[in-house]
Amino acid sequence: MSRYQTHITDVLVIGAGLAGERVAIEAATHGLDVTILSLVPPRRSHSTAAQGGMQASLGNCAMGEGDNPDIHFADTVKGSDWGCDQDVARLFVETAPIAVREMAVWGVPWSRVVAGKRTLPDGRVIEEKKEKEGLITARDFGGTAKWRTCYTADGTGHTLQYTMDSIVIKMGITVHDRTEAISLIHDGERCFGTVARCLRTGELRAYIAKSTVICTGGYGRLYSASTNAVINEGSGMFLALDTGVVPLGNMEAVQFHPTGMVPVWILITEGARGDGGYLLDKNLHRFMPDYEPKKKELASRDVVSRRMTEHIRKGYGVESPYGPHLWLDIRHLGAKHINTNLREIANICRNFAGIDPVKDLIPVRPTQHYSMGGVRTNIDGAAYGLKGLFAAGEAACWDLHGFNRLGGNSLAETVTAGRIIGKKVAEYTLGASLTFNPELVEDAVKKQENRIKGLINGWHGKENVYELRNLMQQNLMDYVGIFRNGKDLQKAVSNLQELYHRSHKIGLRSSGVGANPELAQALRLPGMIRLALCISYGALVRTESRGSHFREDYPKRDDVNWLKRTLAYWPEGADLPELKYEPVKITELPPGDRGYGESSAGSEGGKNG
Amino acid sequence: MADRELTFEIFRYNPQKPEIKPYMQTYKLKETPGMTIFVALNQIREEQDPSLMFDFVCRAAICGSCAMIINGRPKLACKTLTNTLPSKIKLFPLPVFKLIGDLSVDTGTWFRHLSLKTEAWVHTSKTFDPKAQEERMDNETALRIYEAERCIECGCCIAGCATANIRDEFLGAAGINRVARFMIDPRDERTPAEYFEVVGCEEGAFGCMGLMACDDNCPMELPLQMQLAYVRRKMAAYGLGYKATQGVKLA
Ligand SMILES: Cc1cc2nc3c(=O)[nH]c(=O)nc-3n(C[C@H](O)[C@H](O)[C@H](O)COP(=O)(O)OP(=O)(O)OC[C@H]3O[C@@H](n4cnc5c(N)ncnc54)[C@H](O)[C@@H]3O)c2cc1C
Ligand code: SF4
Ligand code: SF4
Ligand code: FES
Repeated sequence: MSRYQTHITDVLVIGAGLAGERVAIEAATHGLDVTILSLVPPRRSHSTAAQGGMQASLGNCAMGEGDNPDIHFADTVKGSDWGCDQDVARLFVETAPIAVREMAVWGVPWSRVVAGKRTLPDGRVIEEKKEKEGLITARDFGGTAKWRTCYTADGTGHTLQYTMDSIVIKMGITVHDRTEAISLIHDGERCFGTVARCLRTGELRAYIAKSTVICTGGYGRLYSASTNAVINEGSGMFLALDTGVVPLGNMEAVQFHPTGMVPVWILITEGARGDGGYLLDKNLHRFMPDYEPKKKELASRDVVSRRMTEHIRKGYGVESPYGPHLWLDIRHLGAKHINTNLREIANICRNFAGIDPVKDLIPVRPTQHYSMGGVRTNIDGAAYGLKGLFAAGEAACWDLHGFNRLGGNSLAETVTAGRIIGKKVAEYTLGASLTFNPELVEDAVKKQENRIKGLINGWHGKENVYELRNLMQQNLMDYVGIFRNGKDLQKAVSNLQELYHRSHKIGLRSSGVGANPELAQALRLPGMIRLALCISYGALVRTESRGSHFREDYPKRDDVNWLKRTLAYWPEGADLPELKYEPVKITELPPGDRGYGESSAGSEGGKNG
Repeated sequence: MADRELTFEIFRYNPQKPEIKPYMQTYKLKETPGMTIFVALNQIREEQDPSLMFDFVCRAAICGSCAMIINGRPKLACKTLTNTLPSKIKLFPLPVFKLIGDLSVDTGTWFRHLSLKTEAWVHTSKTFDPKAQEERMDNETALRIYEAERCIECGCCIAGCATANIRDEFLGAAGINRVARFMIDPRDERTPAEYFEVVGCEEGAFGCMGLMACDDNCPMELPLQMQLAYVRRKMAAYGLGYKATQGVKLA
């Protein structure tokens, strides 16, 4: 009698967010048998939290007129500070409009163009054309030349995920929710699936597949202040890293969102600033025009976050028990606009801070928001290092975002990459056979069983998993944040190495029986700290500033030495990643000025070679 | 703010350890400013009892994971500030749904079943043409669909519904609202007869007793009363012999 269930499928998708479900649909459309695993029911994935929208150059609304994939391409490459792969960016911008329209056929109630004149918050009058009425409209979102962000009122991620999942249900695709992949089964050359733990009963299962796709989203919760859902702990990334042969790309590229609401870190979407919100300091002075006269509050995310931090450092922050913060002011947009177009923001303020944005100022602070780095793949989504392993969405480094992602480009990435990579996965899988060595599977499961026994019985020590996790989060927040420097980064690396060793001595305080949450956290923590080390060490070694990676001691972009992508490997038994580098593919747009009017910082000017 | 000491009484039961019968466990906690049930439960788990089971994902009233019975009412725990409650706080898992352990219930399986039963996807004979411009839709219609689509499948309306508590297959307000979402959608080609099969019965629109507990309990403030009335009206009209000609949309 076997101790664990074995499931066999053609394609195994780990993650049921937008990327995972889109890949699954594409593979199933090709007649393949697909199984999706997810920590939570698909509709509770983090993708539902995206409110702002997704970028696609439809060019239907007045402010988007004349938009096309070329302009979207230029925005994306500049946004990435030339860190992205330009072949990928090209493929992406050409496919994004198709992906948006496909979602419309499947059921997303995109907001549409309404003909007529209207006055923007800054006083400009625009006119939406009659001939465009009823087509998919777009809003403004940080850092783009045209209004290109398609949306559904204030619930873009929600409607995308619900629609995507409705197709998964319609197609009868198998979904095992409350199931956590805890290791990959591989022989150093090929991936055969995963060992997973059931989060209902605690039992282990083996999933064996011709191809495995990691779509597990970001790692926001490595930081103590993050806009991300609490399940975003980067597990898919460390599963891949743990193989020793699959590298993670650009882990030091971490995006901060300018406006996480103090103290719960719930994101106040760009829409608030896109619709005309201001940032104010403790004197209620609107300070962004002082730094960025042209783009003001709508400069790219990393620029706004940095300016805010700079302004706080100069002593203009508002003191609070949770540290200094700034104010977001949307009062002048009026009750009607706030209660309809920005309803979700209004609700967040009322429910989680007890304030009314129609009358009150919103306390905000830059907060960890997006992981540009992830499982390094080629343009087909195939992971480096292991055959049969793919990745898509925030978990991947496909490399669309380079060192900074544009707002609205990640939702677009999930559905666009899902569509493209799903097809590549299908092609690969149709040509693959299901051969595997049962001993390999047996060993992989046994290894996890032993880990679990060790944790439950405290064989290796009695370290407290929550204490270690909190220390890790604080280290990243304090030393690997918006402003970085060699001294702090070195401190982070040493501290994290020590925590890493301690994480091997975790012992549970509870029984570990059934769907025990402490055990789940304990199984994840060493992997999380490995990711934290990839981030900190990558940041320490990269002696330049690029996109969201800003070094106070190396404030300029250095294209001579650093126009390259970091690849972090984790050799067996190591306590630090091994870093390798590869060139960045530049095909159309050579490195230049990002054009965000940040000349005063002198950082990403780009004329510095 | 007065420093309150909060007393949590929490339902405990682990189906994997059936030898231990369900019981109530008490935890004490100092209230901090801005504390929600999310903050409190995590603090209890991390500092007092790491075995405590509950579900949070977004902690921002978006994902629908964290509904539970808080002092007698179904609510989202992440959206409930402790300063709106007395210092004694009683927590139970939602009824109707299968218990996973302590405060964690399986709403996901229930709602997937609901989607299957109501075929909650756009039924269309059209195939997607990647080269074509999108079909037009009036923005008002898009907003009306979105209004019904805002349901986050939290289960609060189901847990508080007398019918759902006694009738296993009852769609509940969330289910009927879901059907309304597709009835409103001009892209969905289903006929009144097809919808009638799904909701024109005691398990659907006619099983509802109209006491409106659901409407009060919905954290998204969906107009459930309105949607229930809308679907019931359509179905009653159809059921009473008003046979719309084939293919005519309800909305
Ligand atoms: C608050 C917020 C707002 C945002 N707004 C926008 C926006 O307006 N526009 C935009 O473009 N982007 C936005 N983003 C970013 C965007 O939402 C995400 O990048 C995107 O949704 C990620 O999708 P995904 O499918 O890659 O991952 P996710 O949606 O995070 O899904 C991950 C899936 O993996 C599963 N999973 C994880 N680990 C495991 C495991 N070990 N085993 C099994 N399953 C696992 C999870 O259960 C989940 O189903 C926002 C992000 C945040 C935090
Ligand atoms: S009105 Fe109908 S659906 Fe709502 S709680 Fe009452 S019986 Fe349930
Ligand atoms: S209708 Fe409201 S209460 Fe019911 S599941 Fe949906 S969001 Fe929750
Ligand atoms: S945790 Fe998502 S709704 Fe409460």
